[in-house]
Amino acid sequence: MPTLFGKTRLMESKLDQYLDHASEAALLFREAIKDYLGGRLEEFESRRKQVTEIEKQADQIRIDVERQLYLETLIPDARGDVLGILEHTDEVINTAKETLMLLSVQHPRIPKDLNVDYLELADQGCQAVQELVMGIRAFFRNSPTVTDYVHKVCFWEKEADKVGERLKRRIFESDLELARKLHLGDFVVHVDTLADEAEDVSERLSISAIKRSI
Amino acid sequence: MTLLFLSSGLFLGWSLGANDAANIFGTAVATRMVKFRTAALVCAVFVVIGAVVSGSGAVATLGHLGAVNAIGASFMVALAAALAVLWMTKASLPVSVSQAIVGGIVGWNLFTGSATDMTALVKIVSTWIVCPLLSAALAALFFLAARSALRRTRVHILELDALTRLLLIVVGAFGAFSLGANNVANVMGVFVNAFPASTFSVFGLFDITTAQVLFLIGGLAIGSGVVSYSRRVMMTVGKDLFKLTPVTALVVVLSQSIVLFLFASERLQTWLLSHGLPAIPLVPVSSSQAVIGAVIGIALIKGGRNVRFGLLRRIAGGWVATPVIAALIAFLGLFFLQNVFGVVVQYPSP
Repeated sequence: MPTLFGKTRLMESKLDQYLDHASEAALLFREAIKDYLGGRLEEFESRRKQVTEIEKQADQIRIDVERQLYLETLIPDARGDVLGILEHTDEVINTAKETLMLLSVQHPRIPKDLNVDYLELADQGCQAVQELVMGIRAFFRNSPTVTDYVHKVCFWEKEADKVGERLKRRIFESDLELARKLHLGDFVVHVDTLADEAEDVSERLSISAIKRSI
Repeated sequence: MTLLFLSSGLFLGWSLGANDAANIFGTAVATRMVKFRTAALVCAVFVVIGAVVSGSGAVATLGHLGAVNAIGASFMVALAAALAVLWMTKASLPVSVSQAIVGGIVGWNLFTGSATDMTALVKIVSTWIVCPLLSAALAALFFLAARSALRRTRVHILELDALTRLLLIVVGAFGAFSLGANNVANVMGVFVNAFPASTFSVFGLFDITTAQVLFLIGGLAIGSGVVSYSRRVMMTVGKDLFKLTPVTALVVVLSQSIVLFLFASERLQTWLLSHGLPAIPLVPVSSSQAVIGAVIGIALIKGGRNVRFGLLRRIAGGWVATPVIAALIAFLGLFFLQNVFGVVVQYPSP
């Protein structure tokens, strides 16, 4: 048995590592937003760089896994699904990296009274990603339970949409200049995208899990 | 001349190998779980072993149905079966070599005025119905067991993949052994009585009977069909007819292999009898119908959606049409062989 599973165990650990990176990127994203809103810009920059580094490592792992899956013709029936899930999860990590990069470059001035809503939005995106990661792990080991996680991802995405809408209304009902309103509104969309991306992957995951059910 | 008369049996064996190997390794090869080269090699080797080691049981039952004792007649009966198979395949009807050869033998009985052993005929025909039903029941049982085991053990998709590949080869080898054991009767059964029974010593190591030599030749014919022509059929069976997951494919192959084994194993029959249990008749059965039975068994467990019940009607139609067509061809062929070419088609029974 050890010889039979020798190669696959290595692949399994790579997949686990990839998912760890996705989860960590989302947690760092939330903490970075918290730092930014709290004015701790040095900490924010440090976390942003960490996310950038994680994204790079995740990319490399994904490429390795893809190559190995094709070279060794592993899981031929589910290979397309697994690659699709990994590639779309990469979009989630990218979104976290891009949003933090835009914050670092554009440096929007966020009124203090909007901090709680922005933080809630980031937290809901992070929750959606955590549930997604658990769903993907379940897909690899226990596909019938995937729907439980997909359901939670959808829940957090809807919650994020509600907060996003509330936040936009508050921004555009305020006395701020139109340019600043648009700038802040734009960042609502960016932060909200994390949950949207997680939901997109979860939809794919749900279909792949149905295909896998024997 | 003997080789010429054997040619129809060899052709029948070749086409059986080309077609029926797909029932064992079709899904595994088409889904790229197992390489064609590995599948063909394992299949060919184990078909030959099965034919030589365990081929005699089903042959004896065919012998009871009709002891074709002239090689010219053996040639025509095998040819009639091969032509019936070809005709039915061209008409896209599910066909079984087992049913064709039975029809051919009955055709010989009718032509020569030999009595058809009705007990043997009923035994054979009833196994045609039992075979897909038993296969369906076994597949349903194995499917439920596999599903429950997978849910309980939470094995990783990659580990499951590695394990399934290994099992597809192991179970495939068992399937090939069972196919050789059960179906060599179709290919060489009608020739056994046409050759005088004797025993040869192979380098003083072990003895081999005339029947076993014929089974070896039949096994090699089936093996050559597997190696030379089964790839296309495997791709068709694996991709077009049944879209199964590798685990489901494993369940199908295992069920089919067990059914073929049950209807071919003399040792199992002896064991059952020695324990006072009812014996399973040793009869050549159709591997295609066993596969279809297994797939339907799984589909029914899954809720019965997408089951093409029309296919079942067509199988039942095949049970009647194939032997009737083969019997007619054998009857007409024997008439020509005897009256036009002056070939002996029956020797008086001793």
